[in-house]
Amino acid sequence: MSGFLDALRARRAYLVHRLPRWWNRALAGALIVVGIVLPFFFPSDSGFMNATIIAVTYAVMSLGLNIVVGFAGLLDLGYVAFYAIGAYCLGWFGSGFFFKLRVHVLVSPVASTLPGVHLNFLLILIAAAALCAAAGMVIGLPTLRLRGDYIAIVTLAFGEIIATVAINGQSVSVGGGMTLTAGNLGISAVDAPYFPGIGSFGLLDLRPWYWLIFGILLLVLFVNLRLRDSRLGRAWVALREDEVAAVSMGIPLVKTKLLAYSVGAAFGGMAGAFFGTYYTEVNASQFAFGFSIFILAMVIIGGLGSIWGAAVGGLALGYINNYIIPDVLNNLPSHFGLHFQLTQVEFGIFGLLLVLMMLLRPQGLIPERRRQLELTAQIAAEDAQLAEAPAGEVTVILPPGEGAA
Amino acid sequence: MSAAGDPAPPAAAAALAPAVLRAERVTKEFGGLVAVEDVSVDLPEHSIVSLIGPNGAGKTTLFNMLTGLYRPTRGRIVLGDRDITRSRPDVITGYGVARTFQNIRLFGAMTAVENVMIGHHARMRAGLFGSIFRPSWVRREERETQERARELLAYVGLPRTVFDRLAAQLSYGDQRRVELARALAAEPSVLLLDEPTAGMNPRESAELTTFMRKLRDERALTILLIEHDMKVVMGVSERVTVLDHGKKIAEGEPAAVRADPRVIEAYLGKQD
Repeated sequence: MSGFLDALRARRAYLVHRLPRWWNRALAGALIVVGIVLPFFFPSDSGFMNATIIAVTYAVMSLGLNIVVGFAGLLDLGYVAFYAIGAYCLGWFGSGFFFKLRVHVLVSPVASTLPGVHLNFLLILIAAAALCAAAGMVIGLPTLRLRGDYIAIVTLAFGEIIATVAINGQSVSVGGGMTLTAGNLGISAVDAPYFPGIGSFGLLDLRPWYWLIFGILLLVLFVNLRLRDSRLGRAWVALREDEVAAVSMGIPLVKTKLLAYSVGAAFGGMAGAFFGTYYTEVNASQFAFGFSIFILAMVIIGGLGSIWGAAVGGLALGYINNYIIPDVLNNLPSHFGLHFQLTQVEFGIFGLLLVLMMLLRPQGLIPERRRQLELTAQIAAEDAQLAEAPAGEVTVILPPGEGAA
Repeated sequence: MSAAGDPAPPAAAAALAPAVLRAERVTKEFGGLVAVEDVSVDLPEHSIVSLIGPNGAGKTTLFNMLTGLYRPTRGRIVLGDRDITRSRPDVITGYGVARTFQNIRLFGAMTAVENVMIGHHARMRAGLFGSIFRPSWVRREERETQERARELLAYVGLPRTVFDRLAAQLSYGDQRRVELARALAAEPSVLLLDEPTAGMNPRESAELTTFMRKLRDERALTILLIEHDMKVVMGVSERVTVLDHGKKIAEGEPAAVRADPRVIEAYLGKQD
């Protein structure tokens, strides 16, 4: 049986090798076309369309986090912070929240009569990306001297700090009776995206929303693909593999790591801004720690470091979370005479899926070539590294004792 | 070849040439432990200098200071007329100092070619936006870097069939070759080799000795070598510096150093 599978695999590898160069482009083109026409096959206000929009946004976040965790190997457990910052960009610059101000740039005729700051959604997207890129550097700086688990702890704390600021921001005055956030009350009545010539997005016609986030997804995919096969992408892999060797070969540690944090954060911010307007509310309760783990789970289930894996992982968990569990299988237990709904045990289901995944396919749905090798070679390499780590102060190594103390 | 085999002329030339890399009375302390104490080393241009000494003598620590991985506790390191004592390792690589490691540190999950391309990192310009938008100059840079990497791999004698294999899957000897090519890809003027013949048989060591001379002559390199194999040390170096317990105990031409009683004592113990 396994011999047969191996033969199949070899055959497939051979075929892939033989495919002409245009095949990849044709396949990508076909996928894009399918993505564009997809909404025409479903009612424009259906639950499936709603789930698809959310799933695609998850995929954007997953691809952003994949740059940090997958490419550069920096375990980030506070990614939700960038969702929050992106969403607040939307709340600040696309609603009447700052009611004393009157700033209007390229917004719908209705919004341009309202108080508050109202920028065009594309401008908000850019602002969210820029602010998150800066925040990514802020979180990156204290982790530069750390490795592995210690990076995870610092980023986790960063996520919690941002979430706490979001909750308590309603007590932080920014002047004129205005506050920083609206805490758990939420900033509501945010602007829907508006584009001159197209008009405002309506809440019942989900298609424009879908095309917008699909466009963002394509942008993120493009950037991921370009970065992976570039000088910067190689430098990230090198730093992930061996920091000492990488800096000795001329890779600037600080700059390269901070770029990974920044680029990853920027996409988290764009997805956050989109969620802000799509959910029509920016509420501090959305930015819980669990969401960071949820996005990380997408990256890992898809295949750490794999671009297509991260996209598929985001879509898969998005659909499971927002369509398959609540809409399709929710009443399944009642068929067996059980008195609960699946949505009540969704965390249990995700836990089960993760465990099954780790048992059956630890390399992820679409594993990256390098990672596949690392999984097998990792233990030996870690042992070797532990054995040789000098007790002194290599500028880039933190002795485990120091971090734990 | 024949001239390089004769120790006298290069040694004389080396005495005249200005030092390209110089450690001035460097000391490195780790807490209470003094790993290197008050050591000065001169690397004359286009020379091959060996650094020898028993295990734990501080040779690799000195290497790590010269390449910026460690900051000296005291003392100065000068490259050409530039003080690099406090420079970062990647900056020093950019200035033209490249190295290999005692226990081969290749990027295991990258191919041989990719490893060598990493070596060229400091000589490339593509940044974040260059990488994303990939204008024609970035494409050219990428293509040229790859071609150069393949040339270098061929130059160090890696079989073409394994160029695109992951480094972790290469044989030990081939890994050493890739590491050397990776260091050369940085276009260094000074090359630091940390025990390059470790794990090699006598024939391979002899080949490497010849190759080091070829490197020095063809690529105008200055080479500092940590080495345990005395045959290699005596055969290739114009000068030898001996460290023991972090201190420099002897320095000079190979023959003189070999006869120095303090060196014999450090290696063999005191004769009573």
